[in-house]
Amino acid sequence: MLNFDIVLAGTVNGLAAGAIYVLVAVGLTLIYGVLHIINFAHGSLLMLAMYAVFFLFTRARIDPYLALPLVVAGSFALGYVLYRFLIGRFAHGKDENILLITLGLSIILDNLALFFFTGDTQTIDVPHASGIVEIGPAFLPKAKVIAFFAALGLCAALGAYIGRSDMGKAIRAVARERQGARLVGIDVEHVFAVSYGIGIACLGAAACLLMPSFYVSPSSGHAFVLIAFTTVVLGGMGSFLGALLGGFVIGITESLGGLFLGEQLGQIGISLIFILILLLRPTGLFGGGR
Amino acid sequence: MLDVRGLSRAFGGLKAVDAVDIDVPQGAIVGLIGPNGAGKTTCFAAIAGFVQPDSGSVRLSGTDITGWAPHRIAELGMVRTFQITQPFARLSVRENVMVGAYLRHPRRAEALRAAERVAARVGMGGMLDMRAGDLTVAGRKRLELARALATEPRLLLLDEVMAGLNPTEIDEIVGIVRNIRADGITILMIEHVMQAVMSLAERIHVLNQGRIIARGAPAEIAADRVVVEAYLGQGAAARLAGGAHG
Amino acid sequence: MNARRIVAVFGAALVAAFALPFVLPSNYAVNVAAMILFTAFLGQSWNIAGGFAGQTSFGHVVFFGTGAYASTILQVAWGWNPWLGWIAAALAGGVVGLAIGALAFRAGLRGSYFALVTLAFAEVFRILANSAEFTRGGLGILIPSDPRAANLQFKDPVWFYWIALALLALSLAVAAWLKRSRFGAQLAAIRENEDAARALGIDVFRAKTICLGISGAMAAAGGTFYAQKYLYVDPSIAYGVEKSVEMLLVSMIGGAGTVFGPLVGAAVLGGVGEITRSFAAGQGLSLVVYGAILVAIVAWLPDGLIGVFARRGGARRGRDA
Repeated sequence: MLNFDIVLAGTVNGLAAGAIYVLVAVGLTLIYGVLHIINFAHGSLLMLAMYAVFFLFTRARIDPYLALPLVVAGSFALGYVLYRFLIGRFAHGKDENILLITLGLSIILDNLALFFFTGDTQTIDVPHASGIVEIGPAFLPKAKVIAFFAALGLCAALGAYIGRSDMGKAIRAVARERQGARLVGIDVEHVFAVSYGIGIACLGAAACLLMPSFYVSPSSGHAFVLIAFTTVVLGGMGSFLGALLGGFVIGITESLGGLFLGEQLGQIGISLIFILILLLRPTGLFGGGR
Repeated sequence: MLDVRGLSRAFGGLKAVDAVDIDVPQGAIVGLIGPNGAGKTTCFAAIAGFVQPDSGSVRLSGTDITGWAPHRIAELGMVRTFQITQPFARLSVRENVMVGAYLRHPRRAEALRAAERVAARVGMGGMLDMRAGDLTVAGRKRLELARALATEPRLLLLDEVMAGLNPTEIDEIVGIVRNIRADGITILMIEHVMQAVMSLAERIHVLNQGRIIARGAPAEIAADRVVVEAYLGQGAAARLAGGAHG
Repeated sequence: MNARRIVAVFGAALVAAFALPFVLPSNYAVNVAAMILFTAFLGQSWNIAGGFAGQTSFGHVVFFGTGAYASTILQVAWGWNPWLGWIAAALAGGVVGLAIGALAFRAGLRGSYFALVTLAFAEVFRILANSAEFTRGGLGILIPSDPRAANLQFKDPVWFYWIALALLALSLAVAAWLKRSRFGAQLAAIRENEDAARALGIDVFRAKTICLGISGAMAAAGGTFYAQKYLYVDPSIAYGVEKSVEMLLVSMIGGAGTVFGPLVGAAVLGGVGEITRSFAAGQGLSLVVYGAILVAIVAWLPDGLIGVFARRGGARRGRDA
């Protein structure tokens, strides 16, 4: 049977993957918490950022880790513009409308990627990140270890930014009470767009950390979207800390699911968690009642 | 006909409705009044099945309906309207009222006829083809009334059907409510427009901070010290009685 | 229009559609027309739940795929006649619809949450089909070719065209019935405002669940058609997200909650597909256009393309609808 070391190794592996999910989910939960919209294009925008990292590396020889500020800034700008000129225009009214618009956006992005980049999976080879690190019983690619610590560092930085900065205060004010925020003179539309931008910027960072140890294809977005939603729902929609815990739980579930159930059936854990949480405890495992 | 005993419902620590007793005799118009936040709408919601009461009982013509789902209560003959109107916005007025009429008339042709009859009765005969979402406030209030009426209830729970209307519109609704009662439908109404409820209801219950603080005929209520203080603050009754010395 | 005239116009259109293959220039054209009718039918199955009752689903393949697998497995492994398997498939889809509806609606899932949970259900079914023995995992199942009408297999594509036409006509009849029946009025009320529907005596949970059952049975019947036409089913065909999106697209684009919306949507999508195919070989471009149309529809034309025509006869429509 499986011995303890293998389970432990699987857990460590899951934690490493989980850190990336945290980064992806933090962006999604921020967008939900502030704007109260479900961003179905989240996975596709991650896919786009991963292609950006891929092309920066293959065409311009820019190291993915050095590209991080650039990709993050670019993602932020893209998110800001998308919100201002597309999503925000129709953000009023029924939430399904936003879901459908972001679905439309993801269809467009996925298929443009398919058209221009073909369906082939692409990887990059970053020599200085390609070693193996031994952690207890687990052997982890160096890139995953870097990703783990960088992702946590970035989340901490984002938390500090939301907690301390003036924009962070405005974001929290708008999340809590948008009418009140408007009354005290906060430019709510700008804050919405910035929040959406930050959410997408998280994807840019995740893309830089993912690419050295992962691959990208036009369907990568779809692969990530359910994981991201599950993470967010697990932690409670809109909850920062929830996304953090949720990311790790999902990472470990995926890793151990693969270990116990095999590669095909192992993926089922995430969807099942998603369904069960929605059916039984829609406020999330870690979220209180909102 | 409606017999509410010891109805209570708390939200968190706040007792929104606290041991409320209400009697509505057959054929009567009974008013439920009280200051803002007194728990009137929660009380309605608990009676009509939209909120589960923590304790107490609700009986309709002898049947214990405590905790029943709203649609079953409606089927039994008690239907509520909403203070904040809830039109089926993208349907026409005719279609809106038909939804109510279908409860007693499964066949389309009959439901259609019943709906048009009810719409005419509340003065909406000329607006049948309008989209409900395009109606004015007054129109929406009438639509609430028409839809509920189309279910052919025995008892109607009206939640502020006159709020936000101008005096002429209020007079029209008062006339319509009188006609409804004349047809034998019993009415329990929450109302803020005091002069309307005083002229319509034969009995009034006053709710304050979740409790019934007074009940009686309109004239008694208007003279009740406790009621006046509940509305205007402590000592108000004495001040009113002693003249405006402040 | 009164009911008799509607039936007359509908009947005439049906006869014309029946005869259409005789004037189409090639088998290819017949195939394209058959797939447009079939896509309209699938869109209508989505429309019953997503349009009429307002329960937006992102995972309608869960029914489509279940139908495709049910009839195929009954046929290949159990030796059932596919016509009988088709009925069983529709029943299976109906049961899955009732089950998912009961679970999701009991939990009070609405709007986006309902959409996402259907997506997750479809994913669970896909993964199960990918790893189970009786579905032969990722290999998929081939239906042995034996083109005979008794086998629900045909050499001449015109038969599939006619079957698709019959399915579509049936689905249009269901939609027309919803427009003019008590149950349909209840669904419309639920779509517009659940609390008000409840207050007026509608058993919201029951109506929504039954609606998803009907919708699921229709989509599952579509799954069998698809399997019989291509004589093959695998997890990504049966439960892939693309078909879910396609069903949603045709309905939303044509006009969700209208009788002819899915047909209009399917015709537009079919047309766009043919045009893009003619000047760009790669796949994907037509879907880019669909995505853009979806965004535009949601943003500017909530009633879909059909709403543009209907708006001109607004007052009269109020009487008919």
